[in-house]
Parts: sequence; C-alpha cells; structure tokens
Amino acid sequence: MNTEVPAIRLRGLHKAFGATTAVESVDLDIAPGEFFSMLGPSGSGKTTVLRMIAGFEQPTAGTVELFGKDVTKSAPFDRDVNTVFQDYALFPHMSVLDNVAYGLRVRGISKKERHAKAREALDKVRLADFGERKPSQLSGGQRQRVALARATVVEPKVLLLDEPLGALDLKLREQMQVELKEIQRDLGITFIFVTHDQEEALTLSDRIAVFNEGKIEQLGSPSDVYDHPVSPFVASFVGTSNMFSDEISQKLLGKPGQHSIRPEKLEVAHANEKLEGDQSADGTIADVIYVGSGTRLIVDLDAGMRVTVLEQNDQSYVADDERGARVRVGWRASDVISLGGSK
Amino acid sequence: MRLGRGARITLGAITVLILGVIYLPLFVVGVNSFSTSQSLSWPPPGFTLEWWGKAFRSAGALEALLTSVQVAVVATAVALILGTLISLALQRFDFFGKNVVNLLVILPIALPGIVTGIALNNFFRTIMGVPLSIWTVVIAHGTFTIVTVFNNVIARLRRLGTSYEEASADLGAGIWTTFRLVTFPQLRSALFAGGLLAFALSFDEIIVTTFTAGQGVTTLPIFILNNMFRPNQAPIVSVIAVVLVLISIVPIYIAQRLTSEEGQKR
Repeated sequence: MNTEVPAIRLRGLHKAFGATTAVESVDLDIAPGEFFSMLGPSGSGKTTVLRMIAGFEQPTAGTVELFGKDVTKSAPFDRDVNTVFQDYALFPHMSVLDNVAYGLRVRGISKKERHAKAREALDKVRLADFGERKPSQLSGGQRQRVALARATVVEPKVLLLDEPLGALDLKLREQMQVELKEIQRDLGITFIFVTHDQEEALTLSDRIAVFNEGKIEQLGSPSDVYDHPVSPFVASFVGTSNMFSDEISQKLLGKPGQHSIRPEKLEVAHANEKLEGDQSADGTIADVIYVGSGTRLIVDLDAGMRVTVLEQNDQSYVADDERGARVRVGWRASDVISLGGSK
Repeated sequence: MRLGRGARITLGAITVLILGVIYLPLFVVGVNSFSTSQSLSWPPPGFTLEWWGKAFRSAGALEALLTSVQVAVVATAVALILGTLISLALQRFDFFGKNVVNLLVILPIALPGIVTGIALNNFFRTIMGVPLSIWTVVIAHGTFTIVTVFNNVIARLRRLGTSYEEASADLGAGIWTTFRLVTFPQLRSALFAGGLLAFALSFDEIIVTTFTAGQGVTTLPIFILNNMFRPNQAPIVSVIAVVLVLISIVPIYIAQRLTSEEGQKR
C-alpha cells in the first residue's frame, strides 16, 4: 500500500465498557486525503472507534497515531482532528457566526480576524447571510452545514463525521452527500465517515471498513465490498443479497458452501423465453413490487428458497408477471459470490 | 380529557377549599396589618395605616430585615458555588462513592430542621469551640440552600448532555474555557432559579436559625416570633408578615417563569 505516513493508524484498538466489549483488536491505516467510511449496524463499534480517534473515549488497549504521532493519551483539545457530531452540537446560546468562530476564538485569534475567517467558511457552505441567526432558527440541513463549517474552519488534518446525514430527509441527504464529497476534494483532508447507511458509504468512500460486533469484518473499496463480500454478514448488510445455504448451493450450483447473488444479477424468464445466464432454477412468482426505476419480483424457487429479482423497468415488461406465474430464474455462474466454508 | 359535570364541580370545590385553607389566613394577616385593634381581634374594628408607619420606623424590625438579607445573600452565594461544583462532579465525572455523596448532599433538605439545628448548635459550641454568630447561621443555612442549587443545576446538566462540552473540547478549548464559554452560559437560568429558591428558603428559615444564631443576631423570622405576643407589637408583626409574603412571592414567581420558559424552548 501507501509508503507515506498514514493520517490515522490504529493498532490493537480495544474498548470495553464494563463487561461488554465494544471494540475488539482493530488495526487500521487511513491515508492522508482519503474519504474513509466506517459502516456497520448500530452497536457494531464504529462510533466508539471514532470517539477514540477524537479522544472522547480512552481505549482499554491499543494505540491511536495521528500522522505518526502517538495521541492515545492526548485530550481531545490537543488533537488535530475535528468532529461533526450526529446531533451537530451547535452551541444554542451563540450566533451561527460565533459558533463557526469558536475554534479560532479559543486559539486566541482576534475577533476581527476570526469573524472574517468564519464568514469565509460560512460562505463556502452557502450560508453567508445566516451568521447573525441562532442555531435554533436554522433548518436541519443548514445546521449540518454550520457544523461542517465550524469543524473545518480550524483546518484540521482529519475530519471525523459521526452519522452527519442521519437526521436529514432523503432528498437533502442525497444533496449533502454530493456537497460533502466536493468539500472533501476541495480541502484535500482525510474524512472519516461513520454511517449505518450502506448506500451512503458506497457512494462517498474511497475505502470502507465494514464493522460487525466490534471488529472489522471487511476492508476495501466500495466495489470490493459490494462485489466481493467476504462473509454472509457483509453480503447481507451491504446491499441486498440472495443467500444460498450449503444445502441449496448443492442443489442449484452443484457445489458446497454458502453463496450469494445480488438481485440485479438475476433474471426471470417465462416458459417460452430464453435466459442469458448459464444457470437457472424453476419457481413461482410470490409477489411483484413496483419500485419506480425497477420492479422487484419475489420468487419461490422449487428448490426450497425465496429469491428477490430486480428487473429494470426499461422494456414493455409488465403484464404477464403475476403472482402464481411459473417462471425460470437465471444467472451467470460468474456472478455467484462464494462466502466460503459450509456452515 | 373531559370530565363529567359532577366530577368537575366536586374537583373545583375541593380545589377552592384547599386553596382557601392555605390563603385565607394570609389574607387575615394582611387585613390585620390595617386594623385599629392591637390584639388581632376579629373582625377588625377600624382601618389605620399607623402600624405600617411604625413598622418602617422600628429600628428592631429594620435591623432584623438587614440581618436576614445579609444571611440570605451569603448563604445563596455559598450555595451557588458549592452547588454548581458538586453537580458538575456528580454529573460529569465518575469516582468512588459517587452515589453516597449524591445522597448525602440531598439529605439535609429532608432532615427535620430541629435535628439539624440542635446538631449544628452542639457541633459549633462543644466540638469546634466556635461562638455562635451570624456566620454560624450562614453555614447552617448553607446545608440546605446548596441542595436547591444542586437540584436545578444537575437537572440542567443532565438535559444538556455532554455533546456541547465535547464539541468545545474538540474545537480546542480546555476545561476552563469550555466551562466559561459553553457550560456556564447554559447553566445561567438554572443558577438563577436555584439561587432564588435558596434565597427564599434562607430568608424565612427559623428553626435552624434559632439554634445557630449568636447573641444579638436577630433575623426577621426570629424578630417576628419574639414580638408576636408582646403587647402593642402584634399589628407591626402583621405588617412585617405582609412584607415577607410579598418579598417571597417575587423570587418564586420569577423562578417558576424561568423554568417553564426553558421547558418550552426545548
């Protein structure tokens, strides 16, 4: 991999809260300028790792290095990282401008200079006219951007984002995703992004660490994680997957072990139609769900499992897909993902 | 929610009755302060402002008022500082014996005043060998005024959560800067409400005061008690009582307004 000093290096990071282990032996190198996501369900340890990088939690064991410097024992205010909090944590008694200028204020920068810089930062997030307002007078998306401006105005080397888009509605979230990516490119600093939204992680990241039960289950690029999941957990958590158990794999694929295949890699054909794939199984349509850009077909295979097929709505393909219709489901053998050992 | 007609009338009557029991006596005291009778006889035979004039010229009453204000101000100041510190300690830090300390801080408000009074009296005179003075009263009042500030501040801290403080630390502020710029401004109204209650509690405290006040230290409640049954003083006492009621209403009213406004903001 990279030969330069990593922005963040975690070694043997371990965190226990009483008897429960939140994070277990996490080793991780994150490169300067990388957009790195930590993805996992709630309680998987991703936020705890973030909080240990920020300095809000002390690891039970292990070290945190920031550009080669061990900061494991440093207080949050002695670390060159800043955080965008899940609830934004904007100071309610200060104006938006004073919120953004706060980090500069505690560094002893004069009022004139820090206000000028804060205005600049607000301008960057397109909130130039909102400086005099109180945070309570802003919408969720605006608060989000203020939090971003406040954390970036002090020019941290690493920006930590703790589910920053979680509280926004879908439309705003998609818009903010684009903005985040742009801001990260502009600043050229490392972003560490914690999310439970797999789509968000896939869209934004250079690399993703998928967390499960306090450990990193898989580490790789979005396409690695999506196309080549290494475990049933990753296959089902990142995107949707049709999971073939050992027994079903024997019947349908002719080999042992667990396998999975993405709904969009499956196709459906009626009795007289031809399939493109080289493998297939017979079944009955259990349900048809229209999802706008596509149609989701739920098919009960005769082999004894239910699969989901995602068809693009690009052809005149509608009428004869009905509940109870007999179909053949086909796929390419090369699209089948092996999840290793039989369980 | 809707109630039946019968229930509404019954509940209304009970409310009027109970509030009447609480407030009618106060009303009588108010009327008595304008009565021409010297022995609080009822109904008042006539109207006069004589007692109000006398009360405001009574050196004893004015001195007692001053003493009470002094005690209450210092006891409130002590409560604000110690109450804030202890609530920060209990809400933001973990240490051995935390729950015990928490209980011990709240306990004095539940202890009978007479027990606190006798215990402190004993402690000051026989064990510490300190003569009773105005300062012993202040310390004694501190035992329960701290609780009112503590309760207000710890509730506020709990509601604020730690994320503002974390954000401040994250942006580079040390512990004191964070307290000064972030925590304290958000505690201000809780401190004000707690302080007002502390002041009101100290101002009209009598039992503990009786046992801890030095020679010649006469707070207003003690002055009232001493003069209550003296001839010619009863109407003056009524005047003082009315003044006390008025002084007590203001802080309670403001404190309540503050707390409910805060509640609505969130």
